[in-house]
Amino acid sequence: MLAELSVSLWRGAHEGRYETYAVPQRESQTVLDVVTYVQRHLDPTLSYRFACRVGVCGSCAMTVNGKPRWTCRTHVSKVAGGGRLEIGPLENLPVIKDLATDMAPFFEKWQQAKGAFAPSQTRNDPIAQIKPDSPARVAADAAIECINCGVCHAACDTVRWNADYFGPAPLNRAWTLVNDERDSGNIARLQAVSAVGGCHSCHSHQSCQELCPQSLNPTAAIAGLKRRSMAAYLKGEITA
Amino acid sequence: MNVRLYVWQRLTAAVMAPLVLVHIAVILYATRQEMTAADILSRTRGSIAWASFYALFVAAASIHASIGVRNVLAEWSPLSDRRAGLFAVIFGLALLALGFRAVAAVVLT
Repeated sequence: MLAELSVSLWRGAHEGRYETYAVPQRESQTVLDVVTYVQRHLDPTLSYRFACRVGVCGSCAMTVNGKPRWTCRTHVSKVAGGGRLEIGPLENLPVIKDLATDMAPFFEKWQQAKGAFAPSQTRNDPIAQIKPDSPARVAADAAIECINCGVCHAACDTVRWNADYFGPAPLNRAWTLVNDERDSGNIARLQAVSAVGGCHSCHSHQSCQELCPQSLNPTAAIAGLKRRSMAAYLKGEITA
Repeated sequence: MNVRLYVWQRLTAAVMAPLVLVHIAVILYATRQEMTAADILSRTRGSIAWASFYALFVAAASIHASIGVRNVLAEWSPLSDRRAGLFAVIFGLALLALGFRAVAAVVLT
């Protein structure tokens, strides 16, 4: 017979409070299962966000016992010390209601870091031949599997302190494009990530790589951007 | 921090790294040899080598520290980026003046 979990959930928006619910503990239970149980059985007014439930879409990230986690792939048994869970919205983002944050500021930073692919050819050109083992493609592949969940953004001290800072995910995205041989926007991209709030603001605390559910290393990507943009600056390709 | 400040901070750090080691070695040597202030001044006064060494050290430290202080203020104080920069320039100039004054005191005869 498994015990009951004591689950505190954030209720409200920026102002609010934690409310505690009793949820039956089950085998192989995820944190998202717990939140869903509360919404379906205890309080249907609870707001939260999820879609795929299998760690692909990046929708369900929340703060679980003080750390940002992807809740659909986080087992209760791994994080609920003493049968207690405290689940809140992601930090460093505006709260819409309860466990749902407004991700718009997060994705605006992707735009600022020029995270969109800038094609160098048209659909009428032959398909680019990229060797999978070329150093640039290996560097891009190492950073490419981001699911945009916002865990790194919520975990980052520099995001918390510096409103201008782009954050780990947008800079990680910029690094994949810097290493994409088909992209034509690198001078503008290096210029963007070298401005105030760009890669040089990173303190390399590495919370992003510690908590990234995809085991990516945005700190390494940002270090790569620092090197590449410094070289571009010294060559006169970008200005400060 | 933009790329220009980043380059200056890393450059001055690279300059200071060997200087710090020499500086610590000098302190250890002077204390182990139980040198008096007069002994030390007799070796530093009129020395272009020590004047150059510590003048470079002071210049690098002033630039490096003022960029660091600017970042701390920009992140942790309510000052705007522009005001933090202004304060950092004043702080750097003060370090430079105090440092050069100290260098002058030990190398000028």
